[in-house]
Amino acid sequence: MSDVLVIGAGIVGAACARALAARGAQVTLVDRGSPGTATSAHGEGNILVSDKGPGPELDLARYASTLWPDVVAQLADELGPRFPSLEYDRKGGLVVATTEAGAEPLRAFAASQRDSGVDARPVSLAETLELEPHLSPELAAAVHYPEDAQVQPVVATEALLASARLRGVTVRAGCEVIGPLGAGNRLGGLRTSDGVLHADAVVVAAGPWSGVVAERFGAPVPVRPRRGMVLVTTRMPHRVHHKVYDGDYFDATQSVDAALQASAVVESTAAGTVLIGSSREQVGFDRRLRVEVLRAIAERALRLFPFLAEASVMRSYLGFRPYVPDHLPVIGSDARLPGLWFATGHEGAGIGLAPATGELLAELLTGGTPLLDPRPFRPGRPGLATDAGPTEAAPDDAQVAS
Amino acid sequence: MSTAAGRRHVAVVGAGPAGLAAARAAAEAGARVTLLDAADQTGGQYWRHPAEPLDHLGPDDLSVQHGWRTYRAPDDAVRSHPSIDLVTGAQVWAAEQHDDGPRLHVLVGPPDDLDRDALTLAPDAVVVATGAHDRTLPFPGWDLPGVTTAGAAQALAKGDRVAVGGRVVVAGSGPFLLPVAATLATRGTSVVEVLEASGARALARGWLPSPWRVTRSAGKLIELAGYASTQLRHRIPYRVGSAVVAAHGTTRVEAVTVARLDGGWTPVRGTERTVEADAVCVSHGFTPRLEVAIALGTRITPARFVAVDDRQRTSNAHVWAAGETTGIGGVDAALAEGWLAGHDAAGGDPDTADARRAVHRRQATREIAARLARAHGIRPGWVGWLSDDTIVCRCEEVTAGRLRETVALTASTDPVSVKLTSRAGLGICQGRMCSPAVSSLLGAPDALEARPVVTPVRLGDLARAGSPTTKRTTSHGTRPGDEHSTPERKDTP
Repeated sequence: MSDVLVIGAGIVGAACARALAARGAQVTLVDRGSPGTATSAHGEGNILVSDKGPGPELDLARYASTLWPDVVAQLADELGPRFPSLEYDRKGGLVVATTEAGAEPLRAFAASQRDSGVDARPVSLAETLELEPHLSPELAAAVHYPEDAQVQPVVATEALLASARLRGVTVRAGCEVIGPLGAGNRLGGLRTSDGVLHADAVVVAAGPWSGVVAERFGAPVPVRPRRGMVLVTTRMPHRVHHKVYDGDYFDATQSVDAALQASAVVESTAAGTVLIGSSREQVGFDRRLRVEVLRAIAERALRLFPFLAEASVMRSYLGFRPYVPDHLPVIGSDARLPGLWFATGHEGAGIGLAPATGELLAELLTGGTPLLDPRPFRPGRPGLATDAGPTEAAPDDAQVAS
Repeated sequence: MSTAAGRRHVAVVGAGPAGLAAARAAAEAGARVTLLDAADQTGGQYWRHPAEPLDHLGPDDLSVQHGWRTYRAPDDAVRSHPSIDLVTGAQVWAAEQHDDGPRLHVLVGPPDDLDRDALTLAPDAVVVATGAHDRTLPFPGWDLPGVTTAGAAQALAKGDRVAVGGRVVVAGSGPFLLPVAATLATRGTSVVEVLEASGARALARGWLPSPWRVTRSAGKLIELAGYASTQLRHRIPYRVGSAVVAAHGTTRVEAVTVARLDGGWTPVRGTERTVEADAVCVSHGFTPRLEVAIALGTRITPARFVAVDDRQRTSNAHVWAAGETTGIGGVDAALAEGWLAGHDAAGGDPDTADARRAVHRRQATREIAARLARAHGIRPGWVGWLSDDTIVCRCEEVTAGRLRETVALTASTDPVSVKLTSRAGLGICQGRMCSPAVSSLLGAPDALEARPVVTPVRLGDLARAGSPTTKRTTSHGTRPGDEHSTPERKDTP
């Protein structure tokens, strides 16, 4: 008997389990596959405030941004120096507009973020090239975000899981949820491929599969997979120092063609490879490669960093983000089925938002007082009532492939 | 991209034995064929040949070019057939599945050329004949200069006729050790010992104690009889149930430790002896090159081969596979499978005499492939010769100790997670070399990770990818005995 069952051992599930265990809950984490190998293993490890406009998601991101350094220090302390490095790096983000049409919206967006407390610094061309000497000088505007950070997402997930285990959490891999367990209108656990598991509460943290899992509880949420691709180059001397991406997504949001949106997101990793993203497509869980997507990413990246033309791409990977129509994570209890909770729908921001999501959910579930207003994220909010579809993209929509 | 005439367009990836046979059979069955190979020459890994005319070689050299006549026939046919467009130096870097069929994205030219021609094919059928590469298990000291794969040593000896050292130990598992030793011996190298890891019992179960005896009756799978006699002439000791368990040296190999193995390939303590050698050639069989097949969505068997039916059809209705991608069976299997695949991919009649003969030949060679696997298959005990500081992933310099430690710390043996936490397999070769060894260490099956980019490609080439092909220079490459061919302009397929 556990107090809480968490479905999905990606970074969000791991963070929730760890935060619940820290509050004394008996937690079992189940995953139908291997922990940390799906969405969490197929992104860039973004911890960003730069891509979020004023509102609840930015509040959550700023909260997460303050939590991360402490989380990294705690994990290092608990897991010891031999544990692989999380490669947490507050490297800062640099958002650029490559067209005049994109310049003014970028400046206005940054100004609105500043009003919400984000450190968003418009920089001149000379300052930009000082930050990124290999960037193409054909720029209309640039904004520097010193708070943006990066983490190695799989190590971060495994570290949160290892820490959760130290706090008594049981992790069951290869355990698939079949359906709910319970008498009357109260969830009492799960029927799984490994048998019956009892609990007072169940948290769905199954990323892009959360919609499928929720169906099994008869409590649908409109979480859908949104596919993204990332290119990885061979190692090279560090020539990209920040997370650099194009802010021309304003154009993309005007487009009614939601099939494929690509924007340039370029950054180095600690190992010396360069990650080049990103794309967004709604094609279900289709894993088939599309060269047109790679080309679109490559074209845009070369506009920012022409020197990359000779860089060798040694692999590409694709993953699925948990997309929700109103672009806000789904965190909280579901009034339709007491005992059912959600921590999902982070789209491309799940790595960065995981610790804040874990804290928020654990406070709510254990009857505490969260540091952040949880109401905008509740599963019963109007924005989730109808599936508005991907074309009504908010400005935070066209970037970043976590 | 069917032609106006309505002929089927068959793309064959790989111009080794299987690919050459497939191209020829497809063309003879009426298809238009594009035959692609990344190398400058046809023949693949198996029919490697020196880059100069054969007539200049002596009789010993000729014996090295085994199966030469078997190669010349399909190669001549491929070059002279008007329906076959042979493109060498052609790297397939991506393969797409569309609802109306596959697309192959190809770059043509030397890999370091900054302006390679891009070619995009949309054939009705693809025959995957991408072959296999050497599989080498790590051991302490295997990263010293002087340790090579047997395949590389063979290639050097055959292609450039350069020997790898003066005193060579050949070690590993499989009948390939013998031809390698023979090739080296004809280059004036002293082959000190040939060490086969499988013990006499496994060999008897799979083959017979004397591999050359089997092959004679089984129809010259790898023409071992010739090697056996060469070996005899050069008096090379062939020891079974033994392995090189360490190589020693400062700037290069100076000596190796040889030990006896038990039936599970665990080194037997107390049997170690030191052998002076300045080179070690290692081969533990072959790993099929599956990138194109995986990208095309074909079903892969648990043993990591492309699953095919009796006509070499895969689970993708547009894709056939032949040769080592479907099982390590040697050249005769590859030729039979290639023929069947090409014939069927072209829509050829499955009921002709030729087709029935090919099916029969393929059945016989399948039996031999199964024997090979039984006799020489890798046993798990080999990890016993690794020390903690043995590098397992050479690209990222990950040691066996670090890999085990990472697994213990994260409590995960999932290949995706271990790769990203340990970095094993994240380097330039993307795990092509170390993945089998890492999987053995993890006790987890090989990770069938799709590599959507089949082979490294420049970002600049990617940015131009997929645009309609306008023009291209067809290069048929050269082969020994040929005049240097003048590149000719051809129409776009």
